[in-house]
Amino acid sequence: MTDRLALHGVFKSFGGLHVNSDVSFALKAGDRVALIGPNGAGKTTLVNIISGDLRPTAGRVLFEGADVTRLPIAERSRRGLARTFQISRLFASLTAGENVSLAVMQRRGLTRRVLSATADMADVHTECIELLETLGIADLAALPVGQLAYGQQRLLELAIGIALKPKVLLLDEPAAGVPHEETPKILGAIDRLPPDIAVLMIEHDMDLVFRFARRVLVLAGGRLIFEGTPAEASLDEDVRRAYLGSYADARRTA
Amino acid sequence: MTIASARPAPASRLKVRPAAEARGVLVIIALGLVGYFVFPDDLAFLTRLITIALLVISLDLVTGYCGVATLGQAAMFGVGAYAVGNACLAGLTDPVMLLFVGMAAGAAAGLASGALITRFHGLPQLVLSIALGQLVGALANKLSGWTGGSDGLSGITPSPVLGLFAFDLYSRTAYVFSLVVLALVFALLLRFMRSPFGLLCRGIRDDALRARMIGAAVYPRLVIMYGLSGAVAGIGGALAAITTGVVGLDSVSFERSAEALVMLVLGGTGTLWGALTGALVFQIFEHFVAATNPFHWMSMVGLLLIVIVVFAPRGLAHGAAVLWARLRVRGAAP
Repeated sequence: MTDRLALHGVFKSFGGLHVNSDVSFALKAGDRVALIGPNGAGKTTLVNIISGDLRPTAGRVLFEGADVTRLPIAERSRRGLARTFQISRLFASLTAGENVSLAVMQRRGLTRRVLSATADMADVHTECIELLETLGIADLAALPVGQLAYGQQRLLELAIGIALKPKVLLLDEPAAGVPHEETPKILGAIDRLPPDIAVLMIEHDMDLVFRFARRVLVLAGGRLIFEGTPAEASLDEDVRRAYLGSYADARRTA
Repeated sequence: MTIASARPAPASRLKVRPAAEARGVLVIIALGLVGYFVFPDDLAFLTRLITIALLVISLDLVTGYCGVATLGQAAMFGVGAYAVGNACLAGLTDPVMLLFVGMAAGAAAGLASGALITRFHGLPQLVLSIALGQLVGALANKLSGWTGGSDGLSGITPSPVLGLFAFDLYSRTAYVFSLVVLALVFALLLRFMRSPFGLLCRGIRDDALRARMIGAAVYPRLVIMYGLSGAVAGIGGALAAITTGVVGLDSVSFERSAEALVMLVLGGTGTLWGALTGALVFQIFEHFVAATNPFHWMSMVGLLLIVIVVFAPRGLAHGAAVLWARLRVRGAAP
């Protein structure tokens, strides 16, 4: 079976700063992979390269075997790549329901229509409500995004991602900034993602990583230094050094 | 409001509901009748008001709905007006056909300038829009064979509307013709803005990267919206040429673009009703204040703007909606 997503020798530099060096890995259908690493390891840069926000300095990004390294963001999205952002990005002046329905209509190719009212599309409406119900935020559908609590906004962003029916979903710290008592809701939503999607999640919270991931990639100094199960990662000497090292350094310099 | 309740949509929702559009037409016709019967001596002014209202509405399509900053909107209005003037002088005198000429010319100008302007953002975008506007203004001045230069085009005499209603000295035909065109355009745009395309435009304005990440190609959408905006502005310009019989350099001027933006902000960006309200209030206020106090009317207009921006920063239409909601709540309380 072709990999859903594969990176081959990806390098990224900003001037003299090497943010990613020779990163290669692959995701298959149904994968649940966590990308972890200390601050500044280049995790978000890597996700931006995969989503098309950034072009790599060298290397290739393959989506279902096809080279998408030079494709624009929208084209990758249409092929089945969805992502969430570290800080929620939503359509701020629209309601929660409109945010999701826009994703649904875009996926179904309905956004070229200019004379049929959105409110009349009953099947779009139904799909949105069902999706919001599975995330437990259907009662918020009519509210403008600005009135949602941050945790609810994170769930809504996840809803937009799922509404696109992606083949690969990138989650950039889905629980970041969410009050602790609300993280279980996010976790629950991630647990209930359609099993076939390949999911790559950046996360700092190791509890979340252990619960979610069957495989862990560790990025340090822009390089992949480890790939294996979460249990192996916690025992690995290099991983410990990457994490503890940065903390130990911080303590020494403080 | 796509999703108002958690219940599946009833079957009646599948039918085309013309409610909002019908309301738009009714309100415009009602306001128009008030104008016709209460101010029968001011029909020429009210006709001009309608042509400018179309310009303000066209500006709202790009600025309010798509977040594109522009101070060159009058260029498309002027291109429409000049095209209609030339077509009429060349022998195409049917007013309805002339409307289409203005619309097509405006749309072409919109697509061309939109293709350039929407590649930029923020201040460069604004400056580029001014530059394009000035360019059109300079061309209008230079190409006097087409535009009459600073003398303008005159002698534009369209034939009767539908072969029945001749344009009269009291602007009655001109006014009713313009009113009907405004009502139709307004209803169509209300429909358009409730469509998936319209919703996506608002999404792009909110966050273009987010829009790309759901698979939307942003640039073509913005160019299309610019073309639509140009078509509406071109209809406004066409009406101006048809109803006044002259086209001057003022129709492509920077002042006209800036005034349109002021009217839009006054009424409220991002809603068609806001654009209409702003155009109405600004021009009526200007008209009466200028008549009663010819020396200080500009300062009065300035004062009005300051008061509105302070007390209703999101525009008159939004301010009125908030006030209405409060009154209803108070009225509903025991």
